[in-house]
Amino acid sequence: MTAKPVQIRLRGVAKSFGGKRVLAGLDLDVHEGESLVVIGGSGTGKSVLLKHMIGLLAPDAGTVEVDGVRLADLDYREITTFRRRFGMAFQEGALFDSMTVWENVAFPLRRAGWPRERIAARVGECLDLVHLEGAEKKLPAQLSGGMRRRAGFARAIALTPKILLFDEPTTGLDPVIKAVIDGVIVDLRRSLGSTTVTISHDMKSTFRIADRIGMLHEGRIIAIGTPEEIRACPDGRVQQFIEGRADGPLSD
Amino acid sequence: MSGWLRPRIEAFFVEVGRFFVLLWRVFAWTPRPPYDFRQLGTQMVRIGVDSVPVVLLTALFTGGVMALQTFATLKRFNAEGYVGSLVAISMVRELAPVLSALILAGRCGSAMGAELGTMRVTEQIDALEVLATDPVHYLMVPRAWAATLMLPALVILANGIGIAGGYVVSVGLFGANPVTYMANTFQFMDWNDVSSGLVKSAVFGLLIAIVGCQKGFYTTGGAEGVGRSTTRAVVLASITILVSDFFLTKLLY
Repeated sequence: MTAKPVQIRLRGVAKSFGGKRVLAGLDLDVHEGESLVVIGGSGTGKSVLLKHMIGLLAPDAGTVEVDGVRLADLDYREITTFRRRFGMAFQEGALFDSMTVWENVAFPLRRAGWPRERIAARVGECLDLVHLEGAEKKLPAQLSGGMRRRAGFARAIALTPKILLFDEPTTGLDPVIKAVIDGVIVDLRRSLGSTTVTISHDMKSTFRIADRIGMLHEGRIIAIGTPEEIRACPDGRVQQFIEGRADGPLSD
Repeated sequence: MSGWLRPRIEAFFVEVGRFFVLLWRVFAWTPRPPYDFRQLGTQMVRIGVDSVPVVLLTALFTGGVMALQTFATLKRFNAEGYVGSLVAISMVRELAPVLSALILAGRCGSAMGAELGTMRVTEQIDALEVLATDPVHYLMVPRAWAATLMLPALVILANGIGIAGGYVVSVGLFGANPVTYMANTFQFMDWNDVSSGLVKSAVFGLLIAIVGCQKGFYTTGGAEGVGRSTTRAVVLASITILVSDFFLTKLLY
């Protein structure tokens, strides 16, 4: 793959919570237009990594750069506007539970000051893209897990972001719905052309959506490459993880 | 310093720091668009209108009990004619603002703690930030101003009903003369008594909202954490009201 410009650059990012080290000087480049999937066991700090990319968490040490801008240089008002170039889909959808699906998707558009007719048109488009037509008037509590995530995707793409972040989009869903969600992610990328970073520990969906795969272990990226390179990776920890074996270097 | 004391002192200063940071951000975000009048309206109804019955009931009985107590005491000095002034001035200066504020802390401070806490643990607050919306701007600014505006309005109602409660007890139970009782009520009261009570209650309203939102906003640890935040929001708001009442009273007279 020819080297595309780097959109998100992490250098030496370290983060601890209450004395527990989660990220230990992590380096990572995300290139424009690619689909990177970060894999790793539960509790290895994958979500923490994602939240650093969008500035929800600030690193204890190291830098995070997006489009050449250091996030640490922005004050809290500047970063609010800066985040418009991101769309993020949360693990359980994180829909606003007092609003209907329609209002949830319309929310970012309203806040960005769009006129009424354009909002209605755009919300319709976004719900079509995730195959949620007809669920506009439902409240999040009335949706199934898969529908909630798709509604979360629709809200994330409403402002056509250049970068899409997915936090464990398929965790806790049945295999068929997982395949549907993976399909939606691939479609979204194709139609928006965005850079996407996905967090996952599901190898099947990882191979379905990834251009490149990086494995996070003990606060660092221990291997990164195309799906073929990862499949052929000599590192025993990577092999154990992608094959899902109980015994191996990760369990020691 | 001992190992037991030090983390607690640090935690105290962290809390105080967060309080002032949030207070500052509420002021800083207030003049900035988009202005969410719908949210403000919703919060004003929830905080103000929905609290009317409980505040009125409390004020009615507080006014009544004030009359009961003072009548018995002042009778010993043959001064029962002053019950009206005493009830009225105690109500408008102290009892209506503080009791209404404590009720609001229980009703709304807890609700804010629980609501924002739930939004925090279900990542809805993160989602707001990601959707280029500052949570302080969207969630706290309307709540803070709604509470600041509605608590004085509630206190105006409580003043009237409290005085009415005293009147009912004095005239109905002790057979005081209705005309002299009413004249007495307003004889010694001046505008400063009323206005200082209202200023105090506006400050209490702001404190309740900031403390409630702060506790919710910094919630950690799932459903249990939300429960903890809700309790702490009420306890801390109530303490803050009582302590600041002393200093405000000192300042305003």
